[in-house]
Amino acid sequence: MPTLVKRLLAALVIVLLLVVINQYMSKEGLFGFGVPSYYARLIVLAGINIILAVSLNLITGFTGQFSIGHAGFMAVGAYSSAYLTVYYAQAWERSLGGIVGGSLAHALIFLLAILVGAIVAALAGLIVGIPSLRLRGDYLAIVTLGFAEIIRIVILNIDSVGGATGFTVPGYANFLWVYAFAIITIVVVYNIVHSDVGRALVSIREDELAAEAMGINTTRYKVLAFVISSALAGMAGVLAGHYLSFLSTNDFQFIRSFEIIIMIVLGGMGSLTGAILGAIVITFLPELLRTLGTRLESLLSSIIGANNIPAPVHRFLIDLANYRLVIFAALLILIMLTRPQGILGTREFGLSWLKRARRRPEGDKPVGTGGVPIAEQEPPSAIDRAKEAKNQ
Amino acid sequence: MDTFVQQLINGLTIGAIYALIALGYTMVYGILRLINFAHGDIYMVGAFVGYFLAFQLGFATGPSLVGLTVVLIGSMIAAALVGMAIERFAYRPIRKYARMTTLITAIGVSLLIENLFVARLGAAPRAFPQLLHEQSYTLFGNAAISKSQILIFAVSIALMILLQWVIFKTKVGTAMRAVSFNLNSAKLMGINTDFIISFTFALGSALAAAGGVLTAQYNPQIDPLMGIITGLKAFVAAVLGGIGNVPGAVLGGLLIGIAETFVVGYGQNVGVPTTFRDAVAFAILILVLLFRPTGLLGSTVREKV
Repeated sequence: MPTLVKRLLAALVIVLLLVVINQYMSKEGLFGFGVPSYYARLIVLAGINIILAVSLNLITGFTGQFSIGHAGFMAVGAYSSAYLTVYYAQAWERSLGGIVGGSLAHALIFLLAILVGAIVAALAGLIVGIPSLRLRGDYLAIVTLGFAEIIRIVILNIDSVGGATGFTVPGYANFLWVYAFAIITIVVVYNIVHSDVGRALVSIREDELAAEAMGINTTRYKVLAFVISSALAGMAGVLAGHYLSFLSTNDFQFIRSFEIIIMIVLGGMGSLTGAILGAIVITFLPELLRTLGTRLESLLSSIIGANNIPAPVHRFLIDLANYRLVIFAALLILIMLTRPQGILGTREFGLSWLKRARRRPEGDKPVGTGGVPIAEQEPPSAIDRAKEAKNQ
Repeated sequence: MDTFVQQLINGLTIGAIYALIALGYTMVYGILRLINFAHGDIYMVGAFVGYFLAFQLGFATGPSLVGLTVVLIGSMIAAALVGMAIERFAYRPIRKYARMTTLITAIGVSLLIENLFVARLGAAPRAFPQLLHEQSYTLFGNAAISKSQILIFAVSIALMILLQWVIFKTKVGTAMRAVSFNLNSAKLMGINTDFIISFTFALGSALAAAGGVLTAQYNPQIDPLMGIITGLKAFVAAVLGGIGNVPGAVLGGLLIGIAETFVVGYGQNVGVPTTFRDAVAFAILILVLLFRPTGLLGSTVREKV
């Protein structure tokens, strides 16, 4: 089968799978089964975080440019698309619905909104990226943080998008939309990283000066990575806004950017699967901690009986929910102390793990005769060289 | 003109607080190349220690200079201990790892302190007891300066002079400068770098705590999240002045304090809403870094291949 057909089939299967799972993400579900709305919501939020983490990983993990402004681009995408859907979408949907049918019109309008959000965020990324990417390290970090805060405060002062009171947005997005775009994000980033552009980006991360000396236009590649990363973050913003049906600038404070950085550092910087893993862990961990106390208590009472639990232990377990963010922060520090390279490091998690413990990256394969690297081969002796010269 | 002088005084007051906090950021960065995100929370811890000291020691009932001195020094000592503990248990074990790891740990420590305080004390703001008999004096025409503002100027200038003396005239200050110049060489010269780093954290934390107590006198409302935005702006001030540079931190802090007050005071005349108060620090920072990538007083480091 040609590759194209194979890929199209794979895409079709994935879409069908998503459509089926989407049915489970409601109370009724399929055949009476359904995920409770609390969990369904967490799963969707995890999807949005996956988009954010994977896109930030492109600029921070693979290109080595430290950005703390991801929440700003997310806000740009969210608000620009929300402006569109709140003020124009209904009229357009009505007129378009007459031609192609209601649900298709609905989908097309949202697709347009996502596109608009991504493009506006990409533009913002370009405007921020060109001047700031001249800076390095911590200076770049603080400037991106500054830009994100300025973006947030500017949005806060635009009354047509709600200002300080927040902005109510139609709830277009659902599980299907979020995960479809999460997969698109992963595919896009995977393809970039495994292309010549990706190699240029990694070379910038490893040594910017050396990369420049090798003829790589580092500024161009850094800005490119930054713009793509911003566009994807904007997309995540569109999905988040239209899933939660409400936008508030408080949700785009720098602590949100930190959260995304924590995801990729936790998962392992420069690892795609690591970013995905980090996003899932950071979404679910605080929620798990919220119910940890009651869970432990019910476990304890099933072992020793509800009446035998000592009062201080009982009080401690009840208190645990209040301390969930404290525990979360402590766990974060603990992970950094014990596994500073993140859960996966720069490795990727995949099926290859079952076959080999560790796959060598492409450029690491030995060259030379019999797999012995040229540098490690015995140099030909003077006699051999003389023989060779005679033979020629 | 009167309002201009008034705005300038108010701006310098806030700026002096930013400068006190920025000094801690810049000293730690100069020595460890670490952005200590928990530093803003130390400022908050300082304010809360002062709050509890005032109540525990019975100074909360009325203004007294003795009470103020005890509270100020007590909270500075407590914050210095907290700063040293953070350095010892969170930062020292990861000192040799990548920058990103240390940064995430710093964010983790910051979250830990904030959430611990919220969980123990609640997020609601508390009124800090007035330890100073508040009174204002008129300067040039209508501009007024309050007693707490004078206090802020006096204490922060005294602390800055003290810091300058410690850094340039004492043995431990010489060691600090050596460590910030090159940690490994300093170690080879027989300097106990662990002690120096610990000392730097103590010094920075004490200054931040002083800032916390002084702010609480000027604006008597403290809450566990007060350190986030103030800390961030102080950090911006440190970068603006050239991070790692002590006079730069003071300059940056004062500049940002003045700029902020002017945005609030005059912004509306030119169509800038007062909410841009929090953005102006960043706007100045970005503008300055575009033309001077290492800050106002920072020295350019030539990159070697």
